[in-house]
Amino acid sequence: MPVIKTQNLTKEFKVFEKQPGLGGAFRNLFNRKAKKVLAVDSINLEIQEGEIVGFLGPNGAGKTTTLKMLSGLVFPTRGTAEVLGYTPWKRPIEFRKAFSLVMGQKNQLWWDLPASDSFFLLREIYGIDRKKFASTVDELTTLFQCRDLLAQPVRELSLGERMKMELTAALLHEPKLLLLDEPTIGLDVVAQSSIHKFLEEYNRSRKITILMTSHYMRDVERLCSRVVIISSGKMVYDGTLDGIKKRHGNEKTIRVLFRKQVSPGILPGLQASEVRGEELQWHVSREEIPKFISHLAGRDDVVDISIEDPPIEEVISKFFQSQVIQAPTLPAQVES
Amino acid sequence: MGKYWNIGKLALKERLVYRGDFFLSTVLRFLPMVTSILLWKAVFGSASQDQLSGFSLNQVIAYLLLVHVSRMFSSMPGLAVNLARDIREGTIKKFLIQPLDLCTFLLSSRVAHKIAYISTSLIPYAGLFLACLSFFDTFPSGLGWVYYFISLALGFLVGFYFELCIGMIGFWFLEVTSLLYVVTTLSFFLSGHLIPLDFLDQTGWVEALKALPFSYMAYFPAALFLGKVPEGEIVGRLLLGIFWAIFFWGLSRVILHLGLKQYSAFGA
Repeated sequence: MPVIKTQNLTKEFKVFEKQPGLGGAFRNLFNRKAKKVLAVDSINLEIQEGEIVGFLGPNGAGKTTTLKMLSGLVFPTRGTAEVLGYTPWKRPIEFRKAFSLVMGQKNQLWWDLPASDSFFLLREIYGIDRKKFASTVDELTTLFQCRDLLAQPVRELSLGERMKMELTAALLHEPKLLLLDEPTIGLDVVAQSSIHKFLEEYNRSRKITILMTSHYMRDVERLCSRVVIISSGKMVYDGTLDGIKKRHGNEKTIRVLFRKQVSPGILPGLQASEVRGEELQWHVSREEIPKFISHLAGRDDVVDISIEDPPIEEVISKFFQSQVIQAPTLPAQVES
Repeated sequence: MGKYWNIGKLALKERLVYRGDFFLSTVLRFLPMVTSILLWKAVFGSASQDQLSGFSLNQVIAYLLLVHVSRMFSSMPGLAVNLARDIREGTIKKFLIQPLDLCTFLLSSRVAHKIAYISTSLIPYAGLFLACLSFFDTFPSGLGWVYYFISLALGFLVGFYFELCIGMIGFWFLEVTSLLYVVTTLSFFLSGHLIPLDFLDQTGWVEALKALPFSYMAYFPAALFLGKVPEGEIVGRLLLGIFWAIFFWGLSRVILHLGLKQYSAFGA
């Protein structure tokens, strides 16, 4: 049985248009125009136990709204969803005990008290056995190397430390599903890496299912075997990260270091996209690579050549741009 | 219930974090009482009679002292505003995704705050009451004390669930400050906080005002203490208070249910 299954999950919001300026503000008092915004449009999603799925899309694509529906925070306008066998927006207690939602920009710990106090409270809220609780706290804080922070008031912790505590709090009741909304937002590379390592190990040992949104491709590359992309509320891709690279990352980046500065048009028909002293850079399609190499082969002023895939951010960005334009008519592209 | 007991303990702990603010807000809150006493002395001094609507100066001052005690139980500072803010900013999320009941959570937190406030105000209030002991002509009998404490508990419950309902209007109107201002002003008058409701006898509405939920937040416990509620009416009045507590409890459940149905969780 899938952990998450949605059919035509749709959410419309009613929003009021605000007219600009002081005059507009007065007109708004008596004459407000409402419009409906389609935040999530007929999403069909199926996620199996133990998967880590990256849920991507540009700002305003509908990612967080989808997570809110899956966690029961908001009712959908249409469609169905089954999460861990429950209808989320009915919010039965058993369902609430079986998942966790962590939002990178919000905290659920008591701000003025040490995290350990919030943990004790969560033990009571979720009815966790005392021995089990002690061993879980021990395990999680060891994994995160944050045991010495337990007695410190949350407001005194750094952003990275706070996120470690948030994740520890979210996992105390051993949920089967973890919904993460930008868990590494604002964190430095070291803190990000520490969270990646933790989630990887936790997923491996507990088979927990994770659905996460992130704007950091490092998160996605490191953790997600599968990505789902939504744009303008519609699901436009469901497959592997490599699948997107193949489809939208056809170009390779070639860097060539010459003995001395050369003209960007040194190769016939191939203008360099970037010049950095003696180094030139080209974006070349896979098919053009042999021709490119043969041009260089006869030269004796080449010091070094490197051929790289474009950064994943660039590929995803291209994907978003193409989908934003095509989204209203595009059916979801599903890749197994 | 264990978890709500622990929520209460934690709320108490949190309340005590900012010690300076805590002591100032609890200890100094009784000071306006002194100005009220001076005001009423001036009113009676300029009046041509010893009694106003059946109240002597001593009784009015005793009434005002007792109203302060009623308000210690029934006032809910910050409840509605904070709840509306939590709805607007999305921090209400944790109550919706955890196995918690929002209303019971807020109730246990509020009980903890009241315990902290009442226990630390006990000494300054005791001092004030001792100093003003001469203003009290009568004290309740044995059963009268029981009725009085029940009325204070009812004041707490009516006050809590009433303000909870106001705060939950935040599901529809994201800002409730103005509404709360209107309600607080009305409640200040209708609850008998400003003057005993009996002073409004000439309006012909006094019995209706006494039957409103507001009277349980200030007037009723104080009037009960001073023997201003006829003995034959006490049980009926207490039952009416229980009705109001149950009514607002039920109303809060309905509002929560309807509010969540159209909640957009913006900011969550």
